[in-house]
Amino acid sequence: MQEIYRNVKRRDKTGEKRIKHVSFEKRDKTSTVPFMIPSIAGFLLFFLIPFFIVLYYSFIDNPVNKEFVAFDNYVSLLNNHAFMLSLKNTLIFSVIAVPLAVLIPLMLALFLENNIPGKSIFRTALISPLVVPVASVILIWQVVFHYNGVINVFLESIGIEAVDWFKSDFSRLVVVLLFLWKNTGYNMVLFMAALANIPVDVKEASLLDGVGPVRMFFRIKLNYLSSSIFFVTILSLINSFKVFREVYLLTGDYPYEGLYMLQHYINNTFRTLDYQKLSAAAVIICIIMTVIIAGLFVMDDKLGSSVDE
Amino acid sequence: MNKAGIRNKDKIKRIISVAISMIILGYTALMFIMPVVLTVSNSFMTKSEITANYGKVFSDSGTSAVSSYIADKVNLKIIPDKVSFGQYVTVLIKSPQYLLKFWNSVIYVVPIVIFQIAISLGASYSFARYRGPFRNTLFFVYIALMLMPYQVTLVPNYLVADWMNILNTRWSIILPGIFSPFAVFILTKTMQRIPSSIVEAAKIDGANEWQIFSKVFVPMSRNAIYSVALLLFIDYWNMVEQPLIMLQNNEDMHPLSVFLSKINAGEIGLAFAVATIYMVLPLLLFLYSEDRILEGIASSSAIKG
Repeated sequence: MQEIYRNVKRRDKTGEKRIKHVSFEKRDKTSTVPFMIPSIAGFLLFFLIPFFIVLYYSFIDNPVNKEFVAFDNYVSLLNNHAFMLSLKNTLIFSVIAVPLAVLIPLMLALFLENNIPGKSIFRTALISPLVVPVASVILIWQVVFHYNGVINVFLESIGIEAVDWFKSDFSRLVVVLLFLWKNTGYNMVLFMAALANIPVDVKEASLLDGVGPVRMFFRIKLNYLSSSIFFVTILSLINSFKVFREVYLLTGDYPYEGLYMLQHYINNTFRTLDYQKLSAAAVIICIIMTVIIAGLFVMDDKLGSSVDE
Repeated sequence: MNKAGIRNKDKIKRIISVAISMIILGYTALMFIMPVVLTVSNSFMTKSEITANYGKVFSDSGTSAVSSYIADKVNLKIIPDKVSFGQYVTVLIKSPQYLLKFWNSVIYVVPIVIFQIAISLGASYSFARYRGPFRNTLFFVYIALMLMPYQVTLVPNYLVADWMNILNTRWSIILPGIFSPFAVFILTKTMQRIPSSIVEAAKIDGANEWQIFSKVFVPMSRNAIYSVALLLFIDYWNMVEQPLIMLQNNEDMHPLSVFLSKINAGEIGLAFAVATIYMVLPLLLFLYSEDRILEGIASSSAIKG
């Protein structure tokens, strides 16, 4: 009951709406169950039950023999060059892209907070990539970054040697840029919402005290932003695991080695339908995500607890 | 220094900070919309102009039969030499395969958006009205699943689709999409904010659960429903991962979002027109209802209670 009103409570501290109604609550336990059935049925059928089957598959030798092999599938997967490469590439990408996907939108949101002319036009332009299908702009990216493309023509005209943007380690940079192009808008909106929620009197009081913009940010705004930063980090992390989409559209099934992502590995393993590898890979990725997200939650609790209450 | 002097100094400071903000924002905003602007403007070029401008980039990957003029350097231009609707005419009249792929996208996205929301409304109602230990756990599992990348969820999805014999059919994309938990999450968060005093008032008036659901909770969540619908539309309109796996042996059913990347070099002029057609719908929806979308995004951040 308390949890239901956590959001209301924050805005409305009168406490008026926190009266308990035991009799209704008890009846609600059963009477709303039918509303949930379609969703639960589909959820169980398409996600939860097959996930346990995947877990089961990851511990047997093959779907016909069904012999228990303990961690053999995991061991062979961890010794698989392609899988480890894709895992390494995905993690490298996340480590580069996630901090940028937090910092850049945060900065842009702070700039947008200034009362500048044409604010809403800037905002719309910055958010628009969010709705544009990556597939639609991929041609322009190819024209710009191709070996014979715009950037190399420019580099050569000022006497710098051309770079193979898709088939060298620079390709990571290209994908990071595309990732930031796509994700900055969403994250910026989240930061803008958080900034808008800082009480005006807090800001005004600190202005009267003569606090400069930089100190105001670190002393005051950062406290209010901590939970958004946490959420944006999680979100960007999840999205960084989805960057396969951009890489695939840009360079196809067989990209430069440094761009071979987890989803590439999964796609290629689906071609041979090696259920054991697929299952073990899905479970490992699930564990990695869970550990990282749980870690972020713990961090957020430790850092954020002093501010929230 | 007197007070007026301080005020002047503050004014100058303020002007400088606004100017810097504007330069940085303006520059970033320009870079951000450039790919869109260029795609649209290039779609109005004639086929020979596209070939001349970008032949250097795209010719090495496919047909060598291009005998027309190719500039020796790539030439990215915003304004076409001659505005032409030729590419659109070709796409819309002479090359039906693009329209078929476009239609595929529609066929996936519309039912997923409608049914995911319909089914999620019921679940969210139930989650919002009562949160005991069982439903709390279940809700937590929904969120956990929502946070998992495709690498985790596609394997289970594939197993079920295989078992149901719907691989390489439209259903293998639509059904898992319908039961994806994103809408449940947002709508539950929205419905939890509806005060229980309203429920009680409705009950005193003799409303049953269905009436409370359909006459109180659904109308009161209207804004959130609209935002979620837009976000879902954008997400599935852009899908790539699911068709690559579920429709491995049936490329005819691929949505345009996958097919666009496979347009071969000989048809590069068409590609700009197709790309433009594909992004017009989400862009117009966005411009028409930007505030709603922003609201939806902001409410998605309520992941921690």
